[in-house]
Amino acid sequence: MNMPNQPDSLILRVTGHFLLPLLIMFSLFLLLRGHNEPGGGFIGGLVASAAIALHLFFTDVQSARRLIWLDPRDLLGWGLTIAIASGVIAMFSGLPFLSALWTELSVPMFGMLKIGTPLMFDIGVYLVVIGTVLNILLSLAEAEDA
Amino acid sequence: MLYALLGGFGVAALAPWLHQLFGRHSGWALAVWPATLFIYFASMLSGVNDGPVLIRHDWIPSLGIQLSFMVDGLSLLFALLISGIGVFIVAYAGRYLEQHQDLGRFYAILLAFMASMLGLVLSDNLISLFVFWELTSITSYLLIGFNHEDAAARRSALQGLFVTVGGGLALMTGLIMLAMVGGSYELSALLSQGDVIREHAWYAPILALILLGAFTKSAQFPFHFWLPNAMAAPTPVSAYLHSATMVKAGIYLLARLNPALGGTQLWLTVLGGVGAITLFIGIWLALRSTGIKKVLAYSTVMALGTLTMLIGLGTDIALSAAMAFLLAHSLYKGALFMIAGIIDHGTGSKDLRDTGGLFRAMPITAVTASVAALSLAGVLPMFGFVAKELLFESVLSSAAFWITMLVIAGTAMTVAVAALIGILPWYGKNAATKKTPHEAPPALLAGPIVLATLGLLFGLFAPLVDERLLGAAVSAVAGSSVTPNLALWHGINVALGLSALTLALGLCLYFWRDKFRHYTRFTDTLAKAGPERGYDASISWLVKISAWQTRFFQSGYLRYYLLIILLTFMALVWTVMLIHWPALSMGINLQGIQLHEYALVFVLVAAALAAARSESRLGAVASLGAVGFTVALLYVMFSAPDLGITQVLVETLTVILLVLVLFRLPGFLRLTSTALRLRDAMVASAVGITMTCLLLFAADARLYDSISHWHVAQSVPGGYGRNIVNVILVDFRALDTLGEIFVLALAATGVLAMIRLRAEDKSR
Repeated sequence: MNMPNQPDSLILRVTGHFLLPLLIMFSLFLLLRGHNEPGGGFIGGLVASAAIALHLFFTDVQSARRLIWLDPRDLLGWGLTIAIASGVIAMFSGLPFLSALWTELSVPMFGMLKIGTPLMFDIGVYLVVIGTVLNILLSLAEAEDA
Repeated sequence: MLYALLGGFGVAALAPWLHQLFGRHSGWALAVWPATLFIYFASMLSGVNDGPVLIRHDWIPSLGIQLSFMVDGLSLLFALLISGIGVFIVAYAGRYLEQHQDLGRFYAILLAFMASMLGLVLSDNLISLFVFWELTSITSYLLIGFNHEDAAARRSALQGLFVTVGGGLALMTGLIMLAMVGGSYELSALLSQGDVIREHAWYAPILALILLGAFTKSAQFPFHFWLPNAMAAPTPVSAYLHSATMVKAGIYLLARLNPALGGTQLWLTVLGGVGAITLFIGIWLALRSTGIKKVLAYSTVMALGTLTMLIGLGTDIALSAAMAFLLAHSLYKGALFMIAGIIDHGTGSKDLRDTGGLFRAMPITAVTASVAALSLAGVLPMFGFVAKELLFESVLSSAAFWITMLVIAGTAMTVAVAALIGILPWYGKNAATKKTPHEAPPALLAGPIVLATLGLLFGLFAPLVDERLLGAAVSAVAGSSVTPNLALWHGINVALGLSALTLALGLCLYFWRDKFRHYTRFTDTLAKAGPERGYDASISWLVKISAWQTRFFQSGYLRYYLLIILLTFMALVWTVMLIHWPALSMGINLQGIQLHEYALVFVLVAAALAAARSESRLGAVASLGAVGFTVALLYVMFSAPDLGITQVLVETLTVILLVLVLFRLPGFLRLTSTALRLRDAMVASAVGITMTCLLLFAADARLYDSISHWHVAQSVPGGYGRNIVNVILVDFRALDTLGEIFVLALAATGVLAMIRLRAEDKSR
């Protein structure tokens, strides 16, 4: 998206290219550590959205859409589906909807890793947040281009 | 039992497909289902003499709502009528609507109605009873409006829906109050609580609400007008819903609740009075009508009034009369409606004045019609006669004088109406009809013949009917064991004399019917000012008020929406705060606040003021950003890092969004007057003060221990996480979060739609 009367900024472009993967990784980091340290799906989703918004500033809408390779509308749907699915899992064990289930995996080099349905639920939240922000952002930007 | 009921909805869903499979014979094929049900219910007959059979399934256990069914004499009588008449109606519809392109849809709704009706009469739980009650209203709406391209049918359908569903709303309130008073949602438990319920202070309101539901459903005066209008439905529907089954749902409810609510003076006065008035008005209007279905519909109103009155009288003999009358009416009215359909089908006439001499063309129909009409008139040896004798006996023994007079006059007019149906179309000189009259096919004739014959057989073998069918039903209504003692011959007594008198009077009325119509024209003007006018007026007022309030609240201006929301919020909060004013206190403690915290608050206030006073948009955005970041700083200082991070991110994204839209907005102009700005400033500060007060009060008032201790303690052992905020979000309160992300997704979809629509508007 090029703002009216706005020259293409070399500095923004170069730093943006470097920052994008870092920000995405940081957002995943926030998402995964959320259960024990500040972070979580909501914050992680906001960081990821900010990263893509930054990308939007130095390229255009098409490129930003290619970057997320899923339509933001689908992100909403997948996010909600994953969040609900995480709740349904517990029902197979006869527990109420959304009961948390945990299991421990041993991963070579990392040690014990605890994963559970709350993490899956958080991933759903993460996707819905990204979907919401990008839906609004991209369609506004597109309306601007049109 | 569960399969018998819910299976009906399954068959209904499959009906359109089955219709295609069986083609022309789909009516007979689908009639197998109600026939199966009939046999199933008939097999339970011998069991109910020992008392009700209860069947339970959990539905919503946490709310005490169960799918529980009670099978006793009353519910079984209704279930047998519904499934038995249903067999013939389905077969009849298959032939009657053969040419109709939407016959598949018709079967689906009709069978769904049948399942709902069965659920209604068999439910033991009040909530499931109510759900089925409403389902019958909805399916009835769909059936009345089946020919939806006809504006009159649509109007009648809506009218029926509004009247019955409006009553349903009252009924729901009444049933919930009844359950609170009686201490159970199960009818089987409530019916033995009669003394507690009748003594309770809520008895009158409960009765009023439940009666409102029953009276609207069963078309009692002044709600009787929707029933004749419902004749816009195809004839099988009129025969089934609006004579034999659905309109009797209200009667069923009254009979069912008689042990719990009945027996008081209030019950006697209201039911007896309303029933007698409905009886008289119904038959009066029937005699004044000429459309065949209209005549039958109004005479159904008469029957419903009679039933209400009899249940109101409440003596053993009145209840026996009610059940006998109910059975007799279902048999002859179902038959007569189907015959009205045959006349329409065979000759194209819908009006009595266009018929005559049809006996020669359709002799079987004519004989059937006469037999059914004899039962309607209550002539020996029909079952209608047995019912009428009981009616006279119960009225003579326990009703007020004016009610007795109304009943005698009504019965005489019923005889005249029976003659209108049973004699007028068939004998005398031939009338010119649209189609050449021809005899009806077997599918159309089967129902009327069987029902009319049953009316005769039940009369001849009245004691057997008593023993096998009605005894248990009457006992269930009375709440104690009662033997109705039905018999064709009661000896020569007052009731028999009245029977003969009304028969003679009725025949005179029939012969001088034109004179009667002529001299009673004046009632038409009265009828025009009747309850239907009230219905129309209330509907038009409803529309006007809705239009006004929509214009008022949905003005389309964001500022007014905000204003209304904020003012409502303040009004509600302050009402509660003022009610509890004496108990409120503010613990303001200014000690221990650091200098840099003061500084932050100062920055916050200054930024907010700057945002409000800014002369440019960019300035306002920047000032708001300053407010947001200061708040984030406050969060961090008071050790809420998650909130702080979120706030910073949200601020950042807000700025990005604003930058995107900033260029699309028109130039920043000051359009509002000083007075308006003053008003907005006042509202804004009032909201701020309200919030501050609310928070200060809330912080000082602690009714229970804070839940945060529990969260802190449970976070690691219960939620396996050290970040309490996150554990709450994704585990302890995950359902809330799920709701929130749904709202988020909905909002995003809404924004998307609005932007897209605007963009499309522009490009056009």
